[in-house]
Amino acid sequence: MFHGRDPIYVQIADRIRADVAEGTLGEGEQVMSTNQYAATYRINPATAAKAFADLVAEGVLVKQRGIGMFVADGARQRLLAARRARYFDDVLAPALAEARRIGIDGDELVEHVRAAMAGDDATAAPTFPAPTEATLTEVEA
Amino acid sequence: MTGFGVELHALSVRFRSTAALDGVTASVIPGTICGLLGRNGSGKTTLLSTIAAFRRPSGGSVRVDGEAPWENPRVLAGIALVREGGDVPDVRVSEVLRYGAAMRPTWSGEVAERLLGRFDLRSSQRVEHLSRGQRGALAAVVGIASRAPLTLLDEVTLGMDAPARYACYDELLADYLVHPRTVVLASHLIEEVDRLLEHVIVLDRGRVLVADEADALRARGVRVSGEAERVDAFVGDARVLRRETLGRSAVVTLYGDLGSDARARAREKEIEMHPLPLQDLFVHLTDRPGSAEGQGGAR
Repeated sequence: MFHGRDPIYVQIADRIRADVAEGTLGEGEQVMSTNQYAATYRINPATAAKAFADLVAEGVLVKQRGIGMFVADGARQRLLAARRARYFDDVLAPALAEARRIGIDGDELVEHVRAAMAGDDATAAPTFPAPTEATLTEVEA
Repeated sequence: MTGFGVELHALSVRFRSTAALDGVTASVIPGTICGLLGRNGSGKTTLLSTIAAFRRPSGGSVRVDGEAPWENPRVLAGIALVREGGDVPDVRVSEVLRYGAAMRPTWSGEVAERLLGRFDLRSSQRVEHLSRGQRGALAAVVGIASRAPLTLLDEVTLGMDAPARYACYDELLADYLVHPRTVVLASHLIEEVDRLLEHVIVLDRGRVLVADEADALRARGVRVSGEAERVDAFVGDARVLRRETLGRSAVVTLYGDLGSDARARAREKEIEMHPLPLQDLFVHLTDRPGSAEGQGGAR
């Protein structure tokens, strides 16, 4: 359920961020209460509350007094933008470094990426909204 | 009711010439689940008995919900201390529960009945015929069903098998969510109770070694690994609990605040950072001086 790399409240927050970014948790939708989290994951409710506090501070969730926590308007776009911004540093850079180490050259990489992306376009329904002009230019740059 | 708070100030308990508790100053915040951790003989049981007024302090003070618990009927009615052995005379299970119901204004007979079933206990059984694990389970039933504003559980899960222990944690948490109260959980099965805890008090030889929020404590225990020179530079003057090297790389176990930018700095230097499980941190912190591994490195 939880791994040992990060504190549990960080993992809960990460999971909610991912659910919002991927659209599993829609904007305006209510998230589970701290008590429901605590009961489901068998953790102290204060741990869940800490995750929620972080997400409220980030603007991912909004608190409605006496009712509960809801996904904030615009949260999905903001999270996606943040994830896109980190993609090249966090995901691609290590993959490129490994390619360099084991001697995969640029042409081979580009060829593979083209083929993989073309395959994606043809088969898989995109989970994410289609890239906008802005992101496309970013990729080319 | 959200539970009784506990304030301990310079609390000492002496048995003849030995100090079982020596200047304990700590508090338990009302409505929280606090872990009381310590090695055998560290004073956990003495501390809980003193809070529950089974024992009188030799020095210092205990305050429960703002008052000294000693011979204080209002406060004592709200404290439930249950121990592994169950502390019950040789009677039937049903009588233990009847006694609990009579003692506790907050008692839930419904919870007691349900938990008996969950732990495979029958109300007609005699306590002396119960196995060690079953006695622990009975103690847990009494502890949870009491719904006391201050519930002190002293190693109740000790003789239980793993499924019973997890059932006990689940039931405690589930009932706590519906009826918040203050719970102090003494255990040395730290790995198992870890995620239930909001606060932690670590006792060592009758003194408080650490008293803090569980997450803050967890955040201070870190294991970092990477290229040895980079790791040593990254560690700076944090307290090193253990250092191991393997070729050019080092794995260092730290205790201390590395600053809020630690993750970013670690990534930049290709250093991996893993939080230390509470159990490992506990082992490192309570390791006896002189046993080489606990003392490696500078402070």
